[in-house]
Amino acid sequence: MTFTGRDIGVKLGRSTILHGVDFSAQAGQLTAIVGPNGSGKSTLLRALCGEVARSGRVAINRRDVDHLKGWELAGMRAVLPQAATLAFPFTVIEVIRLGLTAGASAGRDRLPLRALDAVGLAGYGGRFYQELSGGEQQRVQLARVLTQVWEPVAHGAPRWLLLDEPVSSLDIGHQLMVMQLLRAYAARGGGVIAVMHDLNLTAMYADAVTMVHRGRIAATGAPAEVLTDATLSRAYGCTLRVNCAPQQGGTWLLPHAATL
Amino acid sequence: MTLARCDDIATADPPDRAAAARRLSLWLGLALLATMTASLATGAAGASLWAALGDLAQGRPLSRMDETILWSIRLPRTLMGALVGAALATSGAVMQGLFRNPLADPGLVGVSAGAGLGAISAIVLGGALPAGAMALAGAHLVPLAAFAGSWATTLLLYRVSTRGGRTSVATMLLAGIALAALAMALSGLMIHAADDQQLRDLTFWQLGSLAGATWGKLLASAPIILLALMGAPFLARGLNALALGEAAAGHLGVPVQRVKNLAVLSVAAATGAAVAVSGGIGFVGIVVPHLLRLASGPDHRMLLPNAALLGASLLLGADMISRTIIAPAELPIGIVTAILGAPVFLWILLRRRMVVDL
Repeated sequence: MTFTGRDIGVKLGRSTILHGVDFSAQAGQLTAIVGPNGSGKSTLLRALCGEVARSGRVAINRRDVDHLKGWELAGMRAVLPQAATLAFPFTVIEVIRLGLTAGASAGRDRLPLRALDAVGLAGYGGRFYQELSGGEQQRVQLARVLTQVWEPVAHGAPRWLLLDEPVSSLDIGHQLMVMQLLRAYAARGGGVIAVMHDLNLTAMYADAVTMVHRGRIAATGAPAEVLTDATLSRAYGCTLRVNCAPQQGGTWLLPHAATL
Repeated sequence: MTLARCDDIATADPPDRAAAARRLSLWLGLALLATMTASLATGAAGASLWAALGDLAQGRPLSRMDETILWSIRLPRTLMGALVGAALATSGAVMQGLFRNPLADPGLVGVSAGAGLGAISAIVLGGALPAGAMALAGAHLVPLAAFAGSWATTLLLYRVSTRGGRTSVATMLLAGIALAALAMALSGLMIHAADDQQLRDLTFWQLGSLAGATWGKLLASAPIILLALMGAPFLARGLNALALGEAAAGHLGVPVQRVKNLAVLSVAAATGAAVAVSGGIGFVGIVVPHLLRLASGPDHRMLLPNAALLGASLLLGADMISRTIIAPAELPIGIVTAILGAPVFLWILLRRRMVVDL
């Protein structure tokens, strides 16, 4: 089963953000969308989840999303926004329970607490969302999204997580924890599509990478095929070399060396 | 030891504010019954509810005086006060949920100002109408015009802020501020054209009052307000999800556009009907939902019915103050709600600055 976009075009005002790109993600895999600032990577994700007006076709498990009702889509995929503010003083557990609004997981009262535990925030249920740090808020939103599509496979079809920079506000320990959580979701049959800023974490955890550059797909494939000196240097506008330790010594740190 | 304590916290369920809200609604229901009884029993004239009930229980007919005061004056006024209070508080809560802003209120986005313009136009220009039209509208002219004003403002507001079937909350708020300013300016223009008697009518109406309550007005406004109140529970889940933003609510499967349409419709209906019969009564729509969010959280499933109950009680309480404090004269109820409501509102802002994200 796949999540595909065919000939996706997005215009904001008079400028074209995406020039008819093709995208495909496999269930059971973690697919990362990378690219420099303003490349259109977030716009691609927003086009895939229906947040911006677009041309072209988007299909989830071979069903055209334009022909699916809102509540049907909500049972097939959940979307994590990049930043979420909240107007009213909801507690953490109340925010996560909003994930039960979608029909598929409804009525499962213990799910929000398990989701809270899964993102490492057990015991935070009664706290006010607005009093948490940015990184904690991001994990609460992830727990809400997980609650919406808790089982990676439902009725024989994979479900999907669409995440816009899910680890951007997190410290390195929680980045690793969340990435492993997403890997586990994919390993159990679900599909994960994440816009990623951190190329090291992408290299460590992604099964497939799509690189966006100036509104077009610059490369797509396994991390080793996409994250090459030539492709990276061209897209990011500076000379980059993979697998290269600093020549002049000093302190450097890679997430690869961490153990949880 | 520290570790054990952490484990305790981790496994303990967070406090359930939904249960607290359900208990609260029981108390609010009892409070409403009490204030309604008190409202029937108090007034400038010396009619006793208890004596009248005693007469009725023993099968004696009521005195002409008691019947007029209790049946024709206090009962419609009490019922109308409860309805208007419920309408204003629920409209406020719905509008705040729709705009994701705890300061949003029909008063803020120009819906009340539009209703006011309609009423003021009717008071000032009513005499210039042809005799036939006057006879047709009669005593209903002012309420009808207020009602038309709130509908027109809401429709205009909606037209300005909706593009391609999507409503931008920011545009709607800004457009509402502009519309309120315009309606108030036009109302000011009308006031300059008014004569002395009209001016007194206007002032009383502008500040809001339940003094004009009659069975006729009650029967005209009650169905609209009740319909709007009954629609509110269907909005609750949608408004909860909307707190995350329109896009996120859509991803949760909420039919966002339908929720917004229904919210706008119910607010316009309830506010229009309320303003039409009682004038501009401020602060109920902002203070009541705020107090309830403090007490039992922002979940709209309990917030909306509780707001109706508390709004009804509070408005009846304010009305009792307004008609007894300078008896036999009467203070416009809008003055009472503003004097009681504005400081409470400021206090809420000071206390909750950190939590309420303005």
